[in-house]
Amino acid sequence: MDFSFSAEQDQLRTQARSFLEKRFPAARIAELATSEAGWDRASWPELARLGWTGASIPEAQGGAGLSFVEEAIVFEELGRALYPGPYFSTVALALPALACAPDLLARVASGDLTATLASHEPGRPSAGADASRVATEARRVGDRWLLRGDKHLVPDAGCVGAFVVQARGPDGVALYLTERHDARPRVDVLDTVDATRRLGRVSFDDDEGRLLAAPPAAAEIIARTRRRALAALALEAIGIASKALALGVEHAKSREQFGRPIGAYQAVSHKLADTYVEVELARSLGYWAAWCIAEDDGEAERAAIAAKAHAAEAAVAACERAIQVHGGMGFTWDHPLHRYYKRALWIESFDRSGAAHRAEIARMLLGD
Amino acid sequence: MDLRDGPEEAEFRATLRVWLGANVPAGLRGFRGWSGPALALGRDWSTRLAQAGYAGITWPKQYGGAGRPWRHQAVYLEELARAEAPQHLGAIGLGMAGPTIIAHGRPDQKARYLAKILSAEEIWCQGFSEPGSGSDLASVRTRVELAGDHFVVNGQKVWSSYAHVADQCILLGRSATAGEKHEGLTYLIVDMKSPGVEVRPLRQITGEAEFNEIFFTDVVVPKENLLGEVGRGWDVAMTTLLHERGTFGFALAGALDVAVRKLVALARERAATDLLVRDRVAREWIDLQALRYTNYRSLAKLERTGVPGPEGSAAKLRWSEANQRLTKLAIEIIGHEAQVADGDGVLAYWRYQQLRSRGNTIEAGTSEILRNIIAERVLGLPRSR
Repeated sequence: MDFSFSAEQDQLRTQARSFLEKRFPAARIAELATSEAGWDRASWPELARLGWTGASIPEAQGGAGLSFVEEAIVFEELGRALYPGPYFSTVALALPALACAPDLLARVASGDLTATLASHEPGRPSAGADASRVATEARRVGDRWLLRGDKHLVPDAGCVGAFVVQARGPDGVALYLTERHDARPRVDVLDTVDATRRLGRVSFDDDEGRLLAAPPAAAEIIARTRRRALAALALEAIGIASKALALGVEHAKSREQFGRPIGAYQAVSHKLADTYVEVELARSLGYWAAWCIAEDDGEAERAAIAAKAHAAEAAVAACERAIQVHGGMGFTWDHPLHRYYKRALWIESFDRSGAAHRAEIARMLLGD
Repeated sequence: MDLRDGPEEAEFRATLRVWLGANVPAGLRGFRGWSGPALALGRDWSTRLAQAGYAGITWPKQYGGAGRPWRHQAVYLEELARAEAPQHLGAIGLGMAGPTIIAHGRPDQKARYLAKILSAEEIWCQGFSEPGSGSDLASVRTRVELAGDHFVVNGQKVWSSYAHVADQCILLGRSATAGEKHEGLTYLIVDMKSPGVEVRPLRQITGEAEFNEIFFTDVVVPKENLLGEVGRGWDVAMTTLLHERGTFGFALAGALDVAVRKLVALARERAATDLLVRDRVAREWIDLQALRYTNYRSLAKLERTGVPGPEGSAAKLRWSEANQRLTKLAIEIIGHEAQVADGDGVLAYWRYQQLRSRGNTIEAGTSEILRNIIAERVLGLPRSR
């Protein structure tokens, strides 16, 4: 029983934090959030050089051969920095499917390939591996697969080079890869509340797909992807909540009213103390989920759901309290807090709300 | 990072589980506090724990402990909670007085007291809180006066668990009235059999009496019972309070684990289709996991540094609120029937637990004080007073 990070893992965290603080200070994030592209494309090769894109990819494919625990550290730090770029999309959402093809893994590790998951469809709840709910079709024409259909709410749709697509093939839902060339497939980036992680609509009109996984393997990959995504977002949420707490504490120490720093008033300090407690509990759940996923533990699903449900709500609450502590300042566009808040809301709504996740836990505990 | 038991822990856990299965007396199964018939079995149970090597698990071997790592103490507390068996009756001695004597005591004091704490030959209580000094401990007014070769103690202590069975008391009193509040405090070991010591049990909200008032009237305490120095009692008291929160969290999470399992069983039976109940049960389950793994993180830190951090306050704070919420949910599920629950059944269990839980946010540091500790010592916010 040892619930601590190794010296190497601590070093990874230190390195990540100092790189991100220098490379992506709040002013730079604000600039990117209002830019056309929404991210700094030049940062991707840097992330690859740091070994982050290939952290869990085997050494044979040019990765570091580490585990989800190392990726978890990166997710937390990227969340804390509000990094705008397709790391979550590539490493959490696309990687399990890309792992079917060693050449694709090598391209992710080298920084050559970014990707996201195109699973959601307009007007339909999240599909999972349920074929009846997937309208996007994959047809076989000669030795090629052609995809047709619309995908909605695709994370980072505008900045990735490829899409892992859930589509209905002859035997059920399978996973295909479509790389983006010459503005195909068509992508419409949507005006997203969190401008640092924009959602998009992707329209496949007989665009070619490479079959990555057919049923029944595809269903297992879809389930594994969900676990990774939930855990990754829990970690990001922890990073965001920690940052919001730190901003709130800083302000409470320096802002004076009635001749004292406002942090001396318990109406303020106790709210921040509660935030600290919630964030620490979220952190424990997040690291537990990360370990379960790294070890392929039987508890991985429950842990990931629990961690995401708790951490997302903790992050939203942490940001709301920080905004309150900042008073009018916290309500302005110029203050960075709203960007953390918007990411927290993005995370909270991904997959399912906390209440819906708790309903899943309740099914596990109490039956249907 | 590895969340599984290592080979040594697994063996320790397996051996302990078998031992508990064979040794917990029938009268202490489903234990819910040291009162009534349970109390009569307490010393014998504690002596058996000690003989089996389960007292002073983390104490150094030179003082009669088992010299085991903190993680074994954590396993011990988890397994005890799982078996719904009580801890050693000398919890104050083992967890607070003993470690304080090890840290501040003279060799003759260690020789005099430590072995008897382990064997349950002497049970300890804590004389810290007073009617006028609860959260503000440094304001204690019990007088400690040096008179030649002895001290004379006069005053009143309150909320003292085990005092009705205790042989010894760790007492914080005031030896000087001038100067700063934290100065002028003196820490003594008081023999509870001394003339002038009077214990009055306090009946609590549940009807049981687990704690007491202690009155000290011209109690003579030999000079050699001084722990630390005259006027430096505050530092000694801080050692005691630090240990109070050491691996305490494991006992709490262990007890909460039992309560959540019972809550799940209750909800399955009586409210399985109620969506609001389902949401709240799931929330309690998630909070339990969060506390459990927070404890493991604190444990890793404790093993690295040897000292429990102020983060332990976070676990205590959240545990107490979780326990209040979930016991309240249980009696809500039971409904009006919980109002007449009697005896030893499931309903009586929840009725007792729900009332008992109201003490959780008060005992061992009120939630308000814990929030102050977190705000000031963890977050570095300015003092609120």
